Amino acid sequence: MMRICLAILFCAISGISLAAGGSVELREAKINPSDAASLQRGAKLFIDRCLSCHEASYMRFNRLTDIGLSSEQIKQYLIKDPSVKVGDTMTNAMRPADAKVMFGVVPPDLSVVSRSRGADWLYTYFVSFYKDDASVTGWNNALFPHVAMPHVFWQEQGVKVLQHSDDGKAVLVEEVPGTATASEFDRMMLDLTNYLVFMGEPAAEKRKQIGSLVLIFLVLFAFLAWAVKREFWKDVH
Amino acid sequence: MASSFINWIDQRFPMTKMVREHLTEYYAPKNFNFWYFFGGLAIVVLAIQILSGIFLTMHYKPDAERAFASVEYIMRDVPLGWLIRYIHSTGASMFFVVIYLHMFRALMYGSYRKPRELLWIFGMVIYLCLMAEAFFGYLLPWGQMSFWGAQVIVNLFGAIPFIGPDLAVWIRGDYVVSDATLNRFFALHVIAVPIALLGLVVAHIISLHEVGSNNPDGIEIKKNKNPETGKPIDGIPFHPYYTVKDIFGVVVFLIIFAAIVFFAPEMGGYFLEHNNFIPADPLKTPPHIAPVWYFTPFYSILRAVPPMFGSQFPGVMAMGAAVVILFLLPWLDRSPVRSIRYKGPIFKWSLAVFVLSFVILGYLGLKPTNVWGQFGPWMGGADRATVWLRFAR
Repeated sequence: MMRICLAILFCAISGISLAAGGSVELREAKINPSDAASLQRGAKLFIDRCLSCHEASYMRFNRLTDIGLSSEQIKQYLIKDPSVKVGDTMTNAMRPADAKVMFGVVPPDLSVVSRSRGADWLYTYFVSFYKDDASVTGWNNALFPHVAMPHVFWQEQGVKVLQHSDDGKAVLVEEVPGTATASEFDRMMLDLTNYLVFMGEPAAEKRKQIGSLVLIFLVLFAFLAWAVKREFWKDVH
Repeated sequence: MASSFINWIDQRFPMTKMVREHLTEYYAPKNFNFWYFFGGLAIVVLAIQILSGIFLTMHYKPDAERAFASVEYIMRDVPLGWLIRYIHSTGASMFFVVIYLHMFRALMYGSYRKPRELLWIFGMVIYLCLMAEAFFGYLLPWGQMSFWGAQVIVNLFGAIPFIGPDLAVWIRGDYVVSDATLNRFFALHVIAVPIALLGLVVAHIISLHEVGSNNPDGIEIKKNKNPETGKPIDGIPFHPYYTVKDIFGVVVFLIIFAAIVFFAPEMGGYFLEHNNFIPADPLKTPPHIAPVWYFTPFYSILRAVPPMFGSQFPGVMAMGAAVVILFLLPWLDRSPVRSIRYKGPIFKWSLAVFVLSFVILGYLGLKPTNVWGQFGPWMGGADRATVWLRFAR
C-alpha cells in the first residue's frame, strides 16, 4: 500500500515536469460543425487545392448534399473532370509511383485524417509552414518537421521564417505578406479544418440529432420501468 | 385452446417445466443490491453484440486490401451503418465494463466459494473467451493499432521456449500479420468463439440455478425454508420480481450506452483509438502501440517484467499468472465467511489494493513507458513507471 501511495505521489510530481516540455503547442480550432457556409467554403478549398495530390477515396461527391449543396451545384462548381459522376468518390489522377518520385512519399488519403489527427492538430499544421532553404520543397513545418508537403497556401499566407524567442519557443515571423489578411487566412484554414472534420464522419450531425430523441425516449421509459418495479415490489418490502 | 396448445408442447418439450425452474419458481434472495444488475446486463450486451455483429458481417470484407475501406463503407454508404458499427464498438468496451463489475461483485461477496466453484470457473472461461473474442475482433478494422496490436500479442506466443516461433507462425498463418491472419481471425471472431461463448453462458446459468444465487450477506437462503411450502423464506421468485427490477436496470444501462454511441463513440480515444483510423501499414511501426483499455492492466504487467536470459517469456508468464490465479480463488479463500460484510480488515485492504493496482496498471498500459518521465543516466535512463511498478508489485 505504502509503495503504491509513493508511486502515485511520484506520478503527480513527474507529471508537472513533463508538462513543461513540448515544442509547438496545438492551437484550438474554433470550428462550428453546423455552419454550412463554412463547410461549403472548406469543401471548395479542399477540392481545389488538396485533391490534386491527395485523395479522399471513401468520400463521395454527393455526400456534400449533407452540407447544403445540391447535386447540380456540386457538378457545376466542384467537379472539374466531366467524366466524374456526382456519386463517385474523391480520387485524383496521380499515380502512386509518380507521387513517390515527386514527393518521396505517396500523399496520404485524407478521408478520415481528422479522426486520427484531430481538428486542433490539422489547424495548427496548416498555419505552421515556414520557409526553409535546406529542404527539398523550400518549405518546412514547425508542427511536422521535414514534412514532404510544400506550403500550398503560401500565396495567401505569405512567407514566414522560423525564429526562436528568448525563452526558446519557436515563433514564425512574417517575411513577405500574403494576398490574404491574417484574419482572412485564419478563417480559410478554419473552414478547411471544419470540412475535414465533416469528411471524417459525415454522419456525425445526424448521429447527435437521432441521439437526442433516443435519450428522451429512454429516460421516459426508465420512469415507467421504475414505476412498474415499485408496484411489483410493494409486497416484498 | 391456449392451455391445450401448451399441453401439446409440454408433452413433447419441457417448456412449462423450464419456465418454472428458471423463472417463476427460481427463488432468488430478496436482498440483491446494485451489484447484482451486471450478470443480466452481460447477457444484454452479449445479445447486442451478436445482433449488431450479424449486420456488420453482411457488409464487412475480411480481406487485407479491402477491410479498412469496407469499414468506412459501412460508416458512410450503408444506411445507419455508422449506428451498427458504433453499437458494436461501444458494446465491446461496455462488455468488459459490465464483466469487470460482475467479477468484482463475486470477489466482494465470495460468490466463487463452495458450492459455486464450478460456476466461478465457467465464468472465468467466459472471461477468457471474451478476451479472445475482443482480440480477434480488434484486428478486423485493419487499422494501424489493429495490425500492430495483433503483431505484439501473437509475438507473445512466440516467446514461449522451444515451440514459440513455430507456434506464432501457426497462429498467424504467415511470417507476419497478413491477409491469412485477417481471414482466420474473422472466422474465429464470428463463428468459433461466439459458439463457445453461448455454450458457456448456458452452462454458467444452469450451474447458477442448480446451486442458487449468492447474496450480499453471503448466507444460503436454501437453509431457511418455510416448513409448509418448502420455499426459502428469504427468497422471491425471479419472475416477476427480478425481471421487472432488471428491466429498470437495463434501461438505465441503455441510457449510458446510447449516450456513448450517439455523443462520444470514440470515448476520447479509449473505445476507438485515434491511430486505428490510419490503415494498417506493415512497414511503419507506430511509435506507441497501446491495446484497448480493457487489456492494459495485463499489458502493463508484461512491460514491467524485464527480459530474462534473452527471453520475454517471464513477462508473458507474469501476465498469464495474473489471470490464472483467479481460477484458484475458490480454494485460496479460507475465511469462515463469504461476504465482505463479515470479513476483517485484511480482506478489505487487500481488495482495495487489488482494485487500485488494476486501475493504475490499466492507466499505465495506455501510456508510453516513459509516462512518468525517465531516470537520469545513473539508472541507465530507465523509465520511471517501469521501475516503480517493479517496486509496487
